[in-house]
Amino acid sequence: MQPVATTFFFYLLSGAAILGGVLVITRKNPVHSALALIMTLLAQAGLYLMLYAPFVAGVQIILYAGGIMVLFLFVIMLVNIEKVQKQEQFNKQWLVGIVAAAALGVLFVLVYMKGESLFPKHVVRLAEESNTQEIAVLLYGQYMFAFEIASLLLLVAIIGAVVMAKKRI
Amino acid sequence: MVPLSYYLVLSGILFACGVTGFLIKRNIITIFMSIELMLNGVNLSFVAFAAQWGKLSGQIFVFFVMVVAAAEAAVGLAIIIAVYRTRETLNVDQVNLLKL
Amino acid sequence: MLSVGTFVLISIIKIVIALIVLLTAVAYTVWLERKVVGHIQNRWGPTRVGPFGLLQPLADGVKFIFKEDLTSPHVYRPLYIAAPMISLIFALTSIAVIPVGNWVTVGGIHTPLQITDVNMGLLIVLGITSMGVYGVALAGWSSNSKYSLLGGLRASAQMVSYEVSLGLSLIGVLIMAGSFSLRDIVDAQGGAYWHVIPRWNIFQGQIFAFFIYLTAAFAETNRIPFDLPEAETELVAGYHTEYSAMKFAMFFMAEYANMITVACLASLLFLGGWHGPLFGPAWLQAILPLFWFALRIFGFLFVYIWVRGTLPRFRYDQLMAFGWKVLLPLAIANLMITGLIVALKS
Repeated sequence: MQPVATTFFFYLLSGAAILGGVLVITRKNPVHSALALIMTLLAQAGLYLMLYAPFVAGVQIILYAGGIMVLFLFVIMLVNIEKVQKQEQFNKQWLVGIVAAAALGVLFVLVYMKGESLFPKHVVRLAEESNTQEIAVLLYGQYMFAFEIASLLLLVAIIGAVVMAKKRI
Repeated sequence: MVPLSYYLVLSGILFACGVTGFLIKRNIITIFMSIELMLNGVNLSFVAFAAQWGKLSGQIFVFFVMVVAAAEAAVGLAIIIAVYRTRETLNVDQVNLLKL
Repeated sequence: MLSVGTFVLISIIKIVIALIVLLTAVAYTVWLERKVVGHIQNRWGPTRVGPFGLLQPLADGVKFIFKEDLTSPHVYRPLYIAAPMISLIFALTSIAVIPVGNWVTVGGIHTPLQITDVNMGLLIVLGITSMGVYGVALAGWSSNSKYSLLGGLRASAQMVSYEVSLGLSLIGVLIMAGSFSLRDIVDAQGGAYWHVIPRWNIFQGQIFAFFIYLTAAFAETNRIPFDLPEAETELVAGYHTEYSAMKFAMFFMAEYANMITVACLASLLFLGGWHGPLFGPAWLQAILPLFWFALRIFGFLFVYIWVRGTLPRFRYDQLMAFGWKVLLPLAIANLMITGLIVALKS
């Protein structure tokens, strides 16, 4: 189906994403930060849909918003955050932080100004209907070794997490 | 159709939010969330490039980034719990001794 | 091709019909549960309001609306109010991609019996149901009470753990159908072997997957024997201890709406969807698929209630051990064997 009102949806979703991103780093309460991050992730899933990547959007919601963020919320609920909220929120490196953010800001302005000429116009439109199949073929064909290494990484992470979080093994 | 550079600027803004949060926050959980924000900014640019060039490799990369993010979240949150259990603080400035 | 105006109009009509049917079904699932559990326990269940107590859901609804809406002073208000809404919204949204029948032509307009026909249907349902855990987790945290917090923690851990087995048990079906679209999966199950055994996935070697799905679905919807998040003997009422009146009713409706979604998915993926014998005049043939589909959902819900009336509750460590050490390896084994057979066949 031909997408409708792409500009409107782009501004809506990117506004939500940026709002969420700013709230993540400004809220005192980690639960609020986590919820703002979930908002950003969901808005990003919408943007993926607009970029002809429905499978990535689905995985983003299931894995990121439904899996990793639940884990974050779980840990926040386990620790006592009332004490955390009363403490100083920002450390002494705020100057470095602002400088880094400003440097990146300059980069964006450059990208924005030069962007039109640097990148080519659309070459081919991705097929939305067979997106899953094509990703599967690539993942289990060309990128098979990377896939195996990724699974090994996950195994190591599982063992590491259990070893570290458990009091006595 | 929204041009590619808009998506890149958006992904850059998200990345910058992550960098700023990572550098200035003290709460270790928020620092972790800032890292997730950075990874997501990068993911967005990957998908945008994939759509621009009509190649799916960009979307494949997003999966690997997500795998790394999941592994990092699992290990990182385990570290947070271990740190909280021994020191009862989430402030990274107070976690400055090698021994307990 | 439809114009944008008719498309929007048809969508709104479909959404309204689907919501009315779903909410009525939720109300009468509650009635069914009370009646069946009553008979299992040698009681009558509701009998006073209407014949066979059929108007009981209405009376319950009126009671929920007119009860005092208590909010304890120590709760964290914004999230306390938002949590039941999150639960209910995500529980009701997933119906949007679930097909209930074939394409129909009404007044010259050809449209599917489904709010929106997307080719990522199953992925969307899984995504939406995985978001539903936030309602429970936030309710537990924002209530600021230890029973609620324990319920919320248990719910989030349990739902994340069992989601893995649930997802893996569905992949066998996806391999057989070769598509994410719920409609394609149902279409692949049409017909019968030797005109006797229907070509449902459950009869095509996915019977283990079906039982894994059944078990994981019980845990996902927080039902007995996996209703640890609201175990009343130890946690008062778990994550909704501090909720009353309509807010509590929202959690209640979300739980039953989730049960119906799970039942819909089970009948679409394993039990052949709306396929069944068609006979009689044309109008009957148009109605029958809907009837067969509803019958399967009813059967599934009946099993839900039957199990509730029969089995005792798990202990929490048993629940986690069962999820990770039994169900997950079984799901992976099923996936590998299905993949191997499909690969050898082609």
